[in-house]
Amino acid sequence: MGSYLTAFLVGGLFCLIGQLLFDLTPFTPGHILSGFVVAGGILGGLGLYDRLIQFAGAGASLPISSFGNALVKGALSEASRHGLIGILTGMFELTSTGITAAILFAFLTALIFNPRG
Amino acid sequence: MSQKAGRQSVLLDPSPYLTSAAAVVGPMEGKGPLGEDFDLVYPDLRIKEKSFEAAERKMLQEACLLALKKQDLRLGDIDYFLAGDLLNQITVSGYSAAALGIPFFGLYGACSTLTLALSWGAMLVAGGFAQKVLAATSSHNCSAERQYRYPTEYGFQRPRQAQWTVTGAAAAVIGAAGEGPRITAATIGKVVDMGEKDAYGLGAAMAPAAASTLIRHFEDLQRRPDYYDLIVTGDLGQIGAALLRKLLARSGYCLEDNYNDCGLMIYNPELQDVGAGGSGCACSGVVVLGHLYRRMKEGELKRILVVSTGALHSPTTLGQGESIPGVAHAVALEI
Repeated sequence: MGSYLTAFLVGGLFCLIGQLLFDLTPFTPGHILSGFVVAGGILGGLGLYDRLIQFAGAGASLPISSFGNALVKGALSEASRHGLIGILTGMFELTSTGITAAILFAFLTALIFNPRG
Repeated sequence: MSQKAGRQSVLLDPSPYLTSAAAVVGPMEGKGPLGEDFDLVYPDLRIKEKSFEAAERKMLQEACLLALKKQDLRLGDIDYFLAGDLLNQITVSGYSAAALGIPFFGLYGACSTLTLALSWGAMLVAGGFAQKVLAATSSHNCSAERQYRYPTEYGFQRPRQAQWTVTGAAAAVIGAAGEGPRITAATIGKVVDMGEKDAYGLGAAMAPAAASTLIRHFEDLQRRPDYYDLIVTGDLGQIGAALLRKLLARSGYCLEDNYNDCGLMIYNPELQDVGAGGSGCACSGVVVLGHLYRRMKEGELKRILVVSTGALHSPTTLGQGESIPGVAHAVALEI
């Protein structure tokens, strides 16, 4: 039960931060989205994001900040094996599933549906 | 004899007539409080066309043909077609001009297009350069959102100060002779930029332009706001309309109950989720040429001042951090 509660609280906190940024600052959705990715990347680089995932499970791994964490993690792990060039080859190693799925499903959806309004 | 009055206004004599007017709208506008005053309410936003942009073109052409039909006019009777819209390169108007085959003045004034077209058309007629001109404008919620903000598919959360782009089109025939309300005066607005940068705060960006044009109108023609039965701005919405009242009060002009905003008239804010009100070229277009035109013909209103308001930015300039310039043109209608 503890994991459900922490996932709910941490995931909810992410959403609250996003909503407050949206309501109270002039940032556009694009700004806020990439801000979350960058923040996740920084926390990942400091080794904090994985600890947050351990604590909150899906509450931390579902928000877009987790994508930033995965970008950094992939880059760091390849860099440790192959040096600097690993940053380039590893960046999308962990995230390629998500990116490919997004492109594929967006394509399929666009094929089938037309917006009505 | 027509003459320039003051710095930015013209008095039109003999005053041209708005001999005919038509307004067509989308389903949401049809369900609003003015629904019965529109000539045609479409059941959906696509109206069997392949895109929202094509649907908007069909609406504009339909409004034009309806305005002609009411006076048994043919396309060949019209000297000029004056139209503008919100899309890149005003394609709705350009393609419609191709379909109608009338010599075309393409106008860009964003949501101020109605009064831009009416004032220009009236000057053409009063100046003897035309017997009849067709003035028209349109906007479509989905094409405008795609052009200026985010397409529907993006699933964007609209902030509370956002306004709802009106779907519809309006057209009017301005004639040297005939019956109906007359265009007696016009004030051409200066472009005013007070540094507003919020693409969802267009009412606030346009209010200073509306104030500037209204003050010029009153001073050029030595009139007070109570000269008119009704003064309507185009699409300032709740925030912009409140700002306009404040700005005018500061200059000594108090807007009383005879002031309203088309963006606040077209929807029912309690039942329809439209944020701070309606917006778009069609907002003042259909409210004035649908609703107010009828009220004038039925004698409920004798003198009105229409001040359509436009924001002259583009997504590119906003992306580059520029602020939003506003403009407003005023047209006096009297019967």
